[in-house]
Amino acid sequence: MTMLRRITRHPLFWPVFALVVLIVVNTISRPSFLSITVKDGGLYGSLIDILRNSSQLMLVSLGMTLVIATRGIDLSVGAVLAVSGAVSLTIIGSSDTPGDLGTVTVAILTGLLVTLVLGIWNGFLVSVVKIQPIIATLLLMFAGRGIAMLITKGQITTITSDPYRYLASGHLLGLPVAFLIAIVVVVLVSLVVRRTALGMLLEAVGINPEASRLAGVQSRGIIWMVYALSGVLAGLAGILYSSNIMAADANNAGLNIELDAILAVVIGGTSLMGGKFSISGTVVGVLVIQTLTTSITFLGVPPAVTPLFKALVVIVICLVQSQKARDMLFSRRRHRTAAPAAVVAEAETEAVAR
Amino acid sequence: MSNDIVAELRDISISFPGVKALDGVDLVLRAGEIHALMGENGAGKSTLIKALTGVYAIDAGTVTVDGAARRFTGTADAQDAGIATVYQEVNLCENLTVGENVMLGREARGPFGISWRATHARAAEALAGLGLRIDPRSLLASHSLAVQQLVAIARATVLDSRVLVLDEPTSSLDRGEVEQLFAVVRRMRERGVAVLFVSHFLDQIYELCDRITVLRNGRLVGEYPTEDLPRHELIAKMLGREVEHLDEIGERAERAALPAAGVPVLRTENLARKGAVEPFDITILPGEIVGFAGLLGSGRTESARLVYGADRADGGTIRLGDRITKVTSPRTALAHRLAFSSEDRRSEGIIADLTVRENLVLAVQAKRGWWRRVPKAQQDAIVERYMTALGVRPADPDALIRNLSGGNQQKVLLGRWLATEPELLILDEPTRGIDVGAKAEIQTVIADLAADGLAVLFISSELEEVVRLSHRIYVLRDRRIIGEIADGADIDVDRIVALIADDRSGEKAA
Repeated sequence: MTMLRRITRHPLFWPVFALVVLIVVNTISRPSFLSITVKDGGLYGSLIDILRNSSQLMLVSLGMTLVIATRGIDLSVGAVLAVSGAVSLTIIGSSDTPGDLGTVTVAILTGLLVTLVLGIWNGFLVSVVKIQPIIATLLLMFAGRGIAMLITKGQITTITSDPYRYLASGHLLGLPVAFLIAIVVVVLVSLVVRRTALGMLLEAVGINPEASRLAGVQSRGIIWMVYALSGVLAGLAGILYSSNIMAADANNAGLNIELDAILAVVIGGTSLMGGKFSISGTVVGVLVIQTLTTSITFLGVPPAVTPLFKALVVIVICLVQSQKARDMLFSRRRHRTAAPAAVVAEAETEAVAR
Repeated sequence: MSNDIVAELRDISISFPGVKALDGVDLVLRAGEIHALMGENGAGKSTLIKALTGVYAIDAGTVTVDGAARRFTGTADAQDAGIATVYQEVNLCENLTVGENVMLGREARGPFGISWRATHARAAEALAGLGLRIDPRSLLASHSLAVQQLVAIARATVLDSRVLVLDEPTSSLDRGEVEQLFAVVRRMRERGVAVLFVSHFLDQIYELCDRITVLRNGRLVGEYPTEDLPRHELIAKMLGREVEHLDEIGERAERAALPAAGVPVLRTENLARKGAVEPFDITILPGEIVGFAGLLGSGRTESARLVYGADRADGGTIRLGDRITKVTSPRTALAHRLAFSSEDRRSEGIIADLTVRENLVLAVQAKRGWWRRVPKAQQDAIVERYMTALGVRPADPDALIRNLSGGNQQKVLLGRWLATEPELLILDEPTRGIDVGAKAEIQTVIADLAADGLAVLFISSELEEVVRLSHRIYVLRDRRIIGEIADGADIDVDRIVALIADDRSGEKAA
């Protein structure tokens, strides 16, 4: 009983539960969902697809988690994603040696550098000019696609480059390279955040900016850095996106990905009010969203009702996660109000994050 | 007394993760009576009030209002049952008018929806009933905190509340405002309202209250008519200690020996900020405790914030040691070994959702920058040292600081600043809203630190405390320093009060 309780009280329990339910539903409707086959040294199957396809959202959501922890939000990630794809592909496309590893490296690094600048711009508006994050990043959300259009001259640039294609379609140790890249980045960022004091200071700034300032926390630098990081991560996601379709599509690359990312962060247990954050929660949140997206095609939901279907599932997931909603639904045994319950949840979130 | 019982809490128990906050506590409120709830920080006063006002659900026990058993699942339930609450921080809408605040949800309706004329007229009536003559159409934000609290009480009369809970209503009020509040509270008593009054000021308890309930460590100590409970007995019951012991703490907190003269740690010349503080000159020697005395709004806090760089000065210089230094932000101040503990513990002090440990090391960590994390061993050393030295309870560094009582939060904050090893520590109201025991402990710590050579700038609205601790006192009024009293036989509260009250001294300084 107590063991069961400890598991159900774990902050990651409900997101993981939702993920399992989605997988079970898919499997019941089509048992082949779980099957994994080996072909040319790589694993293939629906589950592997989910991992591969989740890589872009994973990178974007990672940045979003840290931004949200500072009480901010970054709406520009989708547009930034489009910019990096446009930059990289234009460089490769205009090169005489598109298949050359050097060319591809330069293209990728340039793409990331440009998105770093865009992230720094966002951070500047938020931390120095003190524009509200939602407005500050809204600017680039619109302008970013314009920039991408300028770079591609309004065309959908397509290229052939084996090394570049390898990023999204290749396999390493049997797993999709894209997924491995995302996981390595997630682990690296988690390590930096928790091995240095960045995580704690981020949370301090998010929970109480004024008290943090009086304690000498350099909140401007920290907030600035987080937006810059979010930009680069979106840029990396853009590289993976363009590598997947081998084309730069300024209009559709990363469209609405900011909303999926925010959802993933919230499902993972990080509050939009800022403060405590959980990267592991976000990872689970991303898998939930990606599995849901995959299920929609897999279950043959008619395209017309796809958004509605997705919305309904997300609402159910959020309700199930909410302590208050569960109390109302299932039992009135736990007669505690929201405040102390939230305290417990947060204490545990922290334990997980460490 | 044969007054009717209005609200009755019996055998109330509430637990939080790891803490039993209340254990079988009773509280009985009678009509036409002002009831004081007393206890140290962490005794369970706030928790009990929150049980009565529906903020917390209770684990065990019964709540009876007007003879009917109640089970509150939210503050709205408690309000419907006739329980009104006025908090230290007023919970009204500052952007609405006084009248709208008083009548919110009870607006007078005419044939065309809400009749604002009738609503404001009724609000004016309610305000007048409490002896308040303010325009109900004025914005709430345009009034002082004291008046806002009175407006909150007026709202309670409109709601026909049977019980009025006043949680630390006087912490931020000056003497005149307290009188005004008391007049209103007495009027409520005459109307047969049961008043629950919580305050740390013993004088006010004895001036106002008819009956006292004492809590200690989440348990009920007892309920007494005020006239049967002399002051020292009340303190002994709150602390659970013998009275002599308390005297001893008082002795130890006496001023440390006057430091030898040396290079001042701090010297300001014409430091000023428009609209906040007139130019002022102060000096503080190593090992010296310098007090700021003055009423609320006299510029005490504003001056301290300029020294620390929390607000930017627009004139004058700061000299730290023998160098003129530009202190432009808290960050530079900390780098120059200044530390500042704000008067507003909740919004400028604690990081509520972080642990005690994280709150303790925050300033040290900020000083090092985010990349170089304070090593675990050093963190442990800081935690161990300050939690023991300051007696933080519970002694669990991994508890969230929000779950600690006010006094213990204050100790953690004190530890945070001391961990930065400052040369000058600015303490703005370090003992506000905390109980007698913790207060004496903090005073003792301050005196000991000064004896070890730390310079302290001490700000408090309790003049006795300033006088007792300080070697030298600057007296402030109307945003300027109007006098300086050095240590000696003539340093006493009356002298300061006389200085503040003396009109001519202000003109001399002008």
